[in-house]
Amino acid sequence: MRVTIDEDKCCGYAACLSVAGKVFDLAADNIATVLVEHPEGELADLAREAAAACPTAAIVLLDDRDRPDGGA
Amino acid sequence: MTPREIVIVGASVAGVAVADELRRLGYEGAVTLVGDEPHLPYDRPPLSKDLLTGRTGPDRILLREPGHYADRGIDLVLGVPAVGLRGTHVALSDGRVLAPGAVVIATGARARPLGEPRPTLVTLRGLDDGLHLRRRLADAPRLVIAGGGFIGAEVAASARALGVDVTLIEAAPLPFAHLLGGQVAAALLRPHRDAGVRVLTGAPVQRVDHVDGSERVHLPDGRVVHGDLVLAGIGSLPNTGWLDGSGLSIGDGVLCDATGATGVPGVYAVGDVAAWYEPEAGRHVRHEHWTGATEQARSVAARILGREPKAAPGAGVPYLWSDQYGSRIQALGRPEVADEIQVVRGSLEADSFAVLYGREGRLVGAAGRDAAAHVMRHRQAIATAEPMPLQPAAGA
Repeated sequence: MRVTIDEDKCCGYAACLSVAGKVFDLAADNIATVLVEHPEGELADLAREAAAACPTAAIVLLDDRDRPDGGA
Repeated sequence: MTPREIVIVGASVAGVAVADELRRLGYEGAVTLVGDEPHLPYDRPPLSKDLLTGRTGPDRILLREPGHYADRGIDLVLGVPAVGLRGTHVALSDGRVLAPGAVVIATGARARPLGEPRPTLVTLRGLDDGLHLRRRLADAPRLVIAGGGFIGAEVAASARALGVDVTLIEAAPLPFAHLLGGQVAAALLRPHRDAGVRVLTGAPVQRVDHVDGSERVHLPDGRVVHGDLVLAGIGSLPNTGWLDGSGLSIGDGVLCDATGATGVPGVYAVGDVAAWYEPEAGRHVRHEHWTGATEQARSVAARILGREPKAAPGAGVPYLWSDQYGSRIQALGRPEVADEIQVVRGSLEADSFAVLYGREGRLVGAAGRDAAAHVMRHRQAIATAEPMPLQPAAGA
C-alpha cells in the first residue's frame, strides 16, 4: 500500500495526525505530509483509519498495482 | 443475523458514513439512504464560511461525488421526509413504507429558533438557509447575530469579510468561557473586536420584533438593537418529532447505549440526533461534532453486521473546529471539566497558541488557534488520560 495526500483537498485539520501520528505529520504550511509512504501491518491499519477519519477525504491509499484502495 | 436490507434515515455526514462503511465491510444487502432535503448529501461546515462568502458554491460542498452512491449500490431517496417509525418499518411522507431488517436514525438537529421565522429572522443549518443568508448579505444589511457560539462567530467573521455591519450578542458574560476557560475565551473574542464587530455580552435576547421593515432586538436591560437581518445561533434541537409513537426513549436526542443501539431491536441512532450513553460521564450525551458523527457511524455499521467495532486510536475523544477570520480554532476532549491549563505553544496574547487542559493531574483536553499539529497530536494522550504536565512529545 502506498499513502499519498491530495494536497488540493487537504485543509490541515490534522485528523490524520491524531489517529496515526507515526504515519502522518503536518508541514509548516499546515498541509499533511506522509512519514511512512509504504506502511505495513499495524501502521497500514492506522493509515486506513486516518483515511476514514479525514474530514476532506484527502488521504489517498493506493494498492501495489496503484489502484485506489478504500479511502471511503 | 445480518439483515437483508438496511435503511438509513438522514442523508447527513453520519448517514453517508454508515452507508459507506457497510459497503466497505462487504455488506451485500440493500442500503437505502433517505433524506428530507432534495439536495445530494452535502457538508455543513462550509455553510457558515466559504459558501457564505461566495468562495465556494453548492456543487463544491457535496460529501461525495454524484456517482458515488450508484457505484456502491446505495439507493438515495431524497426530498422525502420520514414521518414515522414502527419497529424497523419506516413510513415516508409520500406514503411508502420501507421494511428493512435494521434502521439507522441519522436525522440530525435543527437550529433553535428565536421567534417565528421570516426572511429577516433566520437560522443557519441547511444549504437553503445558507443560500438565503448569502443573498441577504449581498444587500449590505445591518446584521445582528444572537448567540456567540461557533455559528455566530463564524457568520460574524464571514459577514465582516463581506464588509457587512455586524453586532454579535451573547447571553453569557464571555462566549466559550464555559467550554474553554476564561483566558482562552478572551483570546478568541479579540479578533471580533479587531475586525470591527460590535460585541454585546451578558445579554440574552428577550425577543425580536419586526417593525416598519426592520428588526428590533430587545435585551434584558431595555436596550434595543436595530438591524435589517437577524441570525439566531442559539443552539439546536434534535430532529426526533417523527419518532413519536416509535417506542424509542427520547431525551435530548434518541437515547442509545454506549454502542448506538436503541431500546428497539434493529434500530440504531448516530450523529447530532443521537445521545449515546457515556460511561465516563455517567449519562447520555448528545454531541454535534463532525468527526464524532463519522466515528459513531462506522461503529454502528460494524455492529449491525455483527462485527466487533474497531475503534481508531483516540476515537471517542470529542473534536471540534471552527474557522474564523482566517484562523482555525480546534478543541479536543473535555476542556470544560479542567482545573488546570498549560500553555504549550505560543501565548494567549498571540495569534497562534496551543493549551492543554488537566483535571486532577490528568490530561483531559487540548485547544488552540492556528496550531493544528500541537493540538491534534495529543488526542491519544487525552484518550488515555496521561499525567500532566506532559513531557514534550517527539517532534513537538
